[in-house]
Amino acid sequence: MGNNDVIVIGAGHNSLVTAGYLAKAGRRVVVLEKRSVVGGFATSEEIFPGFKISPCADTAGYLSNEVKADLKLDSQVTIIPLDPIASSPEPDGSHLTIWRDTARTVKEIERFSAADAAKYPAFVEQMTKIAGVVGGLLKLTPIDLPSVGLTDLRAALGLAGPILKLGRKNINGLLRVLPMPVEDLLNEWFESDVLKGAIAANAVKDISWGPQEAGTAFTLLYNWALSDTGLFRSASLVKGGIGELTRAMAETARGFGAEIRTDVEVKSIQVDQGKVAGVTLANGENIQAGVVVSGASPRTTFLELLDARTLDASFVRHVRNIKYRGSASRIHFTLSGLPEFPALAGSETQGYLRGPIQIAPSIAYLQRAFDCTKYGRPSNAPYLDIVIPTVADPSLAPSGKHIMSVTVKYTPYALRDGNWGSKGEEIAKLVVDTITEYAPNFRALIIDQRMITPTDLEAVYDLPEGNTNHGEMTLDQFFHMRPIPGYARYRTPVEGMYICGSGCHPGGGVTGLPGRNAAREILKDAK
Amino acid sequence: MPRHTPFHSRTNVLCESQSWVEWSGYLSAQMYEMDHIHEYNAIRLSAGLFDISPLYKYFIRGQDAVALMNRVITRDASKCRVDQVIYTAWCDDEGKIIDDGTVARLGEDFFRMTTATPTLYWLQDNAFGMDVEIEDVTDAYGAVALQGPMSRDILQQLTDADMSDLKYFHLLETKLAGAPVNVSRVGYTGDLGYEIFADPDHCEKIWDALMETGADYKMLPAGMISLDMARIEAGLLLLDADFHSASSSIFELEKTSPYELGLGWMVNQKKGHFVGQQALRHENARGPATCTVGLEVDVLALEKVFAQYSMPLQLPYQSWVDAIPVYSDADQRDHIGRATSGTWSPVMKKYVVIARVKPQYAKLGTRIYLEQTVEARRFAVPATVVKMPFFDPPRKRE
Repeated sequence: MGNNDVIVIGAGHNSLVTAGYLAKAGRRVVVLEKRSVVGGFATSEEIFPGFKISPCADTAGYLSNEVKADLKLDSQVTIIPLDPIASSPEPDGSHLTIWRDTARTVKEIERFSAADAAKYPAFVEQMTKIAGVVGGLLKLTPIDLPSVGLTDLRAALGLAGPILKLGRKNINGLLRVLPMPVEDLLNEWFESDVLKGAIAANAVKDISWGPQEAGTAFTLLYNWALSDTGLFRSASLVKGGIGELTRAMAETARGFGAEIRTDVEVKSIQVDQGKVAGVTLANGENIQAGVVVSGASPRTTFLELLDARTLDASFVRHVRNIKYRGSASRIHFTLSGLPEFPALAGSETQGYLRGPIQIAPSIAYLQRAFDCTKYGRPSNAPYLDIVIPTVADPSLAPSGKHIMSVTVKYTPYALRDGNWGSKGEEIAKLVVDTITEYAPNFRALIIDQRMITPTDLEAVYDLPEGNTNHGEMTLDQFFHMRPIPGYARYRTPVEGMYICGSGCHPGGGVTGLPGRNAAREILKDAK
Repeated sequence: MPRHTPFHSRTNVLCESQSWVEWSGYLSAQMYEMDHIHEYNAIRLSAGLFDISPLYKYFIRGQDAVALMNRVITRDASKCRVDQVIYTAWCDDEGKIIDDGTVARLGEDFFRMTTATPTLYWLQDNAFGMDVEIEDVTDAYGAVALQGPMSRDILQQLTDADMSDLKYFHLLETKLAGAPVNVSRVGYTGDLGYEIFADPDHCEKIWDALMETGADYKMLPAGMISLDMARIEAGLLLLDADFHSASSSIFELEKTSPYELGLGWMVNQKKGHFVGQQALRHENARGPATCTVGLEVDVLALEKVFAQYSMPLQLPYQSWVDAIPVYSDADQRDHIGRATSGTWSPVMKKYVVIARVKPQYAKLGTRIYLEQTVEARRFAVPATVVKMPFFDPPRKRE
């Protein structure tokens, strides 16, 4: 088989985006996926008959508008925006709900603090401005320090607008805020533990740090920059499950002429005299192409698929030093009915349950949950992020039945005692107990449950150490340092070999941006 | 507090000058007498005995030992046969030299590497994904170098092995004064000579035996000053003198490639991937930015400079290590490089210098100018590019 221009390894969302753009530009592309479904981290699978569950990612709210438009995804999938964007039931029976509408949220906050309610609109306004600059960075190919090229500068000119709009005061604010602990940032604005917990949870949802750790204000802004709500978290579902989105991406790529093969495992990447030559499959088959793009994690790509012994020592050292340290588990329940949260009770119960529910009553609660993980122990009182997608999209489950998908933090990949073989059940029980505290009828509703531990995430979805972002989303692994300094421009030490997964800039989330940025650079090189 | 080598109980008593320097954390004798010249003469006329225990030593074992050596060093380790030793450089990813040293093949899958700088981390770093065991054996072996025309005869008195069978850059295992030793025919003097590795417990016994037998040959224990003069005569480079290790350099300017150091012959581009290969390939195609050359200073011209002050000619009686400007012209307007070490060579009666200059001045016979300071005034003294090694007696390899 010598008629491919480009081989894309993996059919995760970013791989599919890259394949779509390259095929659109006329390249003959073949995508090779190990599993029998496309989507990678963003699949929907019938784990239980009749229930369409999205095992890893469930929100589509981070997907970039450019990707949506360029790959004509809007016409193929129905996005269901959720409102509220988050509800926090409290142990004392009260609750705080964050709505898309600021005025409506202000009313909610008033129940906890009049001062906080008064400041909330200004907080949203300032963070939105700062997030605008961060958002601009995410769409750029990172600069190559210290040798910044003219084209980089030209591309970065787009940032000038948002930066100037910030004003002198906020430019300082931007530089000051990024490395801050999110707790310090929120303490400067608010007094209510409930409000601060509700916001801070979204800063630590996708990393293995607690809200008192430096740099967590950045992760809050990262989410803010990408989210469809214009706030600190996204809240959108895809009708039929997030797998419909990646299925649509695959369809688009096919429509442009790309070939997508599933159940095809790439064993190694062939290199000849420093240039990529193709790939070898697990079945021994060789496929040749002058360009190979890997959507797999940097660890898999450089240390397993490529022969690390042919790469520079400092490069390999940097790749080995990428922090993964996954600490999230996922657990899915099929339910015979809707759980009732007394704290969220009232005429709007259904309305509240449309949106995500956060068990994150305060920053102290989050930090204590994180403290355990520092010593290799799962949290005793975990932070939970709960979505019941069947409220907004009943088509996912048999009539009257529901799905509840929970992200559980913190459950460290590297356990101090025991291993994940036995720990999973323990955590699942803790999750059921915790949710039952807030929704007493929950336990009785459970039909089935499936725990996905960090080791499962690693084994099934190629997420090293169970890190859902192909590398921690910390400031030291951002922009020109993602995945490693010197190789943030989607190119690799092997000529013709590129990376496009969320291990690259800008990072995790179903944004499509790493894939889009990578395709742009690949096409640039072909000129 | 510097440490003592396994020979210290002996060298300490012999070291009349008590002139010690620190070498890789160990005490090392600069010279044993109050002057170095007898030691130097011993090296060139009989034999000198050096304590070289501070060298870093590593064992590399396992089925990927050849692969690791080939990934690290610039020469082809697979061409090094068992019981052979090679002198090689190793570079960083940018093709800049980290260090040079010897690699001895002790078995099919067993190498010993001696280095001037700590190299364990670098070896481990490069061994990622390889089935190989790396052991730092720096303290597990004491080592002496016996260098000079009489060295073979002295050794022969103490061993059953036929020393005339041991070829240049080869090694053998034998017993010396009853103690097991590893003897390799290598050295840092450019003369006939050997390096002897032994268990620290046997080191005193070996030293005593060598001293006793060597006495009949006027062999002397020798220190770093005479060794440095001998290595300059032999055109051998010294780390932190003629070049700096890329791994400890702060500025790009300090780094050099094997091509710049005249070690291009050890860069094997045909052996498959090694660290720095791509950068070195590009550099070779481009040509190096500088070249290392040997210079012979015009002593008569230097004498005239001294004569201006009614002074007799003064020559570097000891070797020097410095960075001295080199010019293409006597007016010192066109700076073309630096001299990095030099010495008066008593055996050749010449003032020889190792320098690094722009490539167009590297041709043999080129006349260039070396800055020399006389009575606090700088002069440009003519020097001629000559072949290195300056001193290369056939006995070295015969």
